Amino acid sequence: MSLNLTGITLTYPDGDARLTALDEVTLDVPRGTLTAVAGPSGSGKSSLLAVAATLVTPDAGTVTVDGTCTTGLTRRARTDLRRHAIGIVFQQPNLLPSLTAVEQLQLMARIDGRSPGAARGRAMDLLDAVGLAPQAERRPHQLSGGQRQRVAIARALLNEPTVLLVDEPTSALDRERGAVVLDLLVRLTHQQATATVLVTHDRSHLTAVDRIAEVRDGRLRVPEPGSGPV
Amino acid sequence: MFVAWRDLKFAKGRFALMATVIVLITLLVGLLSGLTAGLGRQNTSAITGLPADRIAFAAPGEGQSLSYADSAVTETQWRHWTAEVGAAGAQRLGISTTRAAAGNRSAAVSAFGVQPGSPLAPEGGAVTERSVVLSTTAAADLDLHPGDAFALAGQQLSVAAVAGDASFSHLPVVWTSLDVWRKTAPPAGGRPGPAATVLALTTTSGADLAATDRAAGTTTVTKDDSLSAIGSYRSENGSLQLMRGFLFAISALVIGAFFTVWTIQRSGDLAVLKALGATTADLLKDALGQAVVLLVGGTLAGTGLAAGIGAAITGSAVPFVLTPATVLVPAAVIILLGALGAALSIRRITSVDPLTALGTLR
Repeated sequence: MSLNLTGITLTYPDGDARLTALDEVTLDVPRGTLTAVAGPSGSGKSSLLAVAATLVTPDAGTVTVDGTCTTGLTRRARTDLRRHAIGIVFQQPNLLPSLTAVEQLQLMARIDGRSPGAARGRAMDLLDAVGLAPQAERRPHQLSGGQRQRVAIARALLNEPTVLLVDEPTSALDRERGAVVLDLLVRLTHQQATATVLVTHDRSHLTAVDRIAEVRDGRLRVPEPGSGPV
Repeated sequence: MFVAWRDLKFAKGRFALMATVIVLITLLVGLLSGLTAGLGRQNTSAITGLPADRIAFAAPGEGQSLSYADSAVTETQWRHWTAEVGAAGAQRLGISTTRAAAGNRSAAVSAFGVQPGSPLAPEGGAVTERSVVLSTTAAADLDLHPGDAFALAGQQLSVAAVAGDASFSHLPVVWTSLDVWRKTAPPAGGRPGPAATVLALTTTSGADLAATDRAAGTTTVTKDDSLSAIGSYRSENGSLQLMRGFLFAISALVIGAFFTVWTIQRSGDLAVLKALGATTADLLKDALGQAVVLLVGGTLAGTGLAAGIGAAITGSAVPFVLTPATVLVPAAVIILLGALGAALSIRRITSVDPLTALGTLR
């Protein structure tokens, strides 16, 4: 397993009480598979993603990324793990306005302490894989919403992560562009052999994913392996 | 600097505006520094150029501070000092402000009375009871040349030589004999006429200055410390230095404010970068590097402009001194203080939470 969440419980302060965002959540995601986590707003989807991304430390349970148990890791060690092993695609593309599409990808190499110039070849390959090689020198404001989201997906893959976490990638896109992005994620998950978790509130697109888990009130219901989409 | 360079190029307008502010502040500080040094030189060059290391004043009254204007050294006091440091080491120097006239020209001058042959005056051997040495500015103001005659406080004198460019209290210096100077000095109010205003001392390490001061009734300070006894220099230099200090503080505050706003504007991007694995240290280095590039670029341009303007006006009626100390030192201070202001403002990068990149948790 490349991503393993076991018995994750996460609570937030809510006045004098504590609000349970995740309740004993367990999830295994093998490499090369895409697991969609669906649920309504406020059900705990993004909390799940934040825990998996090591951005939040759960109250209980363990997170294992590419064989590394994150329990007890320092903030710096979690940052290093995120840099090497985890790719994140945000709900909004969150591209830096001053960088061209290819530079958005090269930046990931820079963050990893490598030469951005040396990473240009892989960056162009990934842009080609998401169908944006001709737009490589364009800045975010020169790209459409769908193109920006595809650049964000390519950016998340530059450092060859084993885990890809995707947060509502189609929420700002129309139906047609949303379908294109989802197809792309499925294809890249298989091509790059990532353990991909995609959270969404809209399950209407999720026909091609390997598995759909349902989260409601912080509890996760995961279908048995091989049972296909719920 | 991968993102920082691209930000600088992408947000040209904002950074150009800030760079312009830095250029203008640097220009202002550079010009003010040159002017401060120029005015200072006009006030003090006659004193700083004296071949002496200390100045002995008549001890001021209780509650009064040392003043070239108020000091009057007597013959007895001078003799105490000659006994301590030798006749050559205790040179009498009379200072007064008076008027000189030649033909249809007249000018206010500082009369510096010295013993004929004294090393205090340039070409001091030319100073006699009937002839004086003019500074170049005094000679130019009065259109006088060696051998010409002119009047100094009603005394007819001749120009023995034109040498040096000493000035005191913004007035060019005329080097006279002590007797000539005494006729220009104000009366001593019933006391015997002063032997001099101050004594210019060349001391040795073995001299007991404190004991001689006590015995002679004088107060001795170093030549540099004595500059604060020039009333116009003290107030003028203090005001200009205060203005310079405020400009330095303003530059640090303006730069700090700019980078505070810039960092707040970028907080979303910073959260994304942290979520993607960028370390806080790398982000701080990037932001500080960006600030230093902006500071150095703006400061160099401002310094270049100040040096150009300074070179153009040096030698004119504007007292301006163009040296590395007046141009490069203020530039270095602006860069240092600006970097400090930027560092304090970008420290908020440390508090940016990468979790915010994911938006509201659901």
